[in-house]
Amino acid sequence: MFRNQYDTDVTTWSPTGRLFQVEYAMEAVKQGSAAIGLRSRTHVVLACVNKAQSELSSHQKKIFKVDDHIGVAIAGLTADGRVLSRYMRSEAINHSFTYESPLPVGRLVVHLADKAQVCTQRSWKRPYGVGLLVGGLDESGAHLYYNCPSGNYFEYQAFAIGSRSQAAKTYLERRFESFGDSSREDLIKDAILAVRETLQGETLKSSLCTVSVLGVGEPFHFLDQETIQKVIDTFEKVAEDEEGEAGEGEAEAAAAPAEQGGGGAGDQDVAPMEM
Amino acid sequence: MTFTIPIDNGDALKNSQRTLYPYVTGTSIVAIKYKDGVLMASDMGGSYGSTLRYKNIERVKAIGKHSLLGASGEISDFQEILRYLDELILNDNMWDDGNSLGPKEVHNYLTRVMYNRRNKFNPLWNTLVLGGVKNGESYLGMVSMIGVSFEDNHVATGFGNHLARPILRDEWHADLSFEDGVKLLEKCMRVLLYRDRSAINKLQIAKITEEGVTVSQPYSLKTFWEFQAFHNPTAGAQGSW
Repeated sequence: MFRNQYDTDVTTWSPTGRLFQVEYAMEAVKQGSAAIGLRSRTHVVLACVNKAQSELSSHQKKIFKVDDHIGVAIAGLTADGRVLSRYMRSEAINHSFTYESPLPVGRLVVHLADKAQVCTQRSWKRPYGVGLLVGGLDESGAHLYYNCPSGNYFEYQAFAIGSRSQAAKTYLERRFESFGDSSREDLIKDAILAVRETLQGETLKSSLCTVSVLGVGEPFHFLDQETIQKVIDTFEKVAEDEEGEAGEGEAEAAAAPAEQGGGGAGDQDVAPMEM
Repeated sequence: MTFTIPIDNGDALKNSQRTLYPYVTGTSIVAIKYKDGVLMASDMGGSYGSTLRYKNIERVKAIGKHSLLGASGEISDFQEILRYLDELILNDNMWDDGNSLGPKEVHNYLTRVMYNRRNKFNPLWNTLVLGGVKNGESYLGMVSMIGVSFEDNHVATGFGNHLARPILRDEWHADLSFEDGVKLLEKCMRVLLYRDRSAINKLQIAKITEEGVTVSQPYSLKTFWEFQAFHNPTAGAQGSW
């Protein structure tokens, strides 16, 4: 995308019917570090890559609990993400207080999307520079939504956002049809494997990723480092031994990063920058 | 009974009006959980003080797909509450997303409304009974005009608390059949008819199950007035006046 005379204001249309400021906001999401979400009929797993500014600092918090039955993973301007998470928590708790019942996640994402749309139609505002993967439960089961700075929202079986998310998306595209009936453990394993795809060959360690789970009868919570490392160990060892078995195709996945690395970089218009 | 307002904050200047006392009132509601859901009984009377003025008032209404609301107290406030709930259910339906407000949610919404009005010294002068079934689970609760709210297997309002609840405490049990439930409610309503002077002999029994709501046609209970005690009522009341 190049600079042009229609991109200064969010309230200026281009002759081809585009709002460039909104599109630039979506670019900001692509620059953030990866966040991944997947769901089965009963569970939702959100995972993200922990990137710190430097070795001295701690990593950014990118996954937030909104309520016992809703969690959100963000990519992009994390400050915007934090503010929107606070808004979501507020909506959830107000609903809970009035109706003593959990807010259906489908209704929460609509509120969120409407809030984002406002910022695309006011000259004194700017769009939120953050993409949100909202996972939650409602009467009809587990859901995963992606909320865009444009004010659009979509429902997904599995999705990835942020830098090098294409690699994760390719992995998920191959497997998503089985996610609906996946067990909780398989879902977590797939999430961590998808995170690994975005690391492009860097060794996967539990310190590099954050994983959260929520499901029927299981309130939102983060998995601790130990649990994550145990899951990593089940497939990292197999990859080292170059064994092609264990039914889930880890060897296939291990060989894939080499190809995905080339494919991922080629997909992006701009060289990815770390958050 | 007047509702005293201890603080005068210039309402008269602003020309606002607060509820001070009720005018047209409905008497007891009695409701029980039974095998398939909830049964709720009420008579069809609206009293104007001690006059039994209106005889065709429906005090039990269906709310959405899953709930039944019965009210005693000021009829106009009940109608106002029905308007609030109408809007609530409408907005819920407009989402069209497979989620719907169940009896628990409606009960809690009403509790919030009643309590907030009470805090403003402008109550909705009703005691509400909310019953319903959702996903196979029966729900029965009550909210008073001051926002006191609770759930139970059987509830009653007004005189029903004093005359019907004791009967229900003795004779209610889980998994009542529909016929037994109706018989039990009729027993309670008969006692109320004899002893509550604002009761009239024209009642409706409403039932809510997973399938939906049915409100019976109005009917009357058989009464017996030939008890000895009724023949010479003043016999035991010796006195100077």
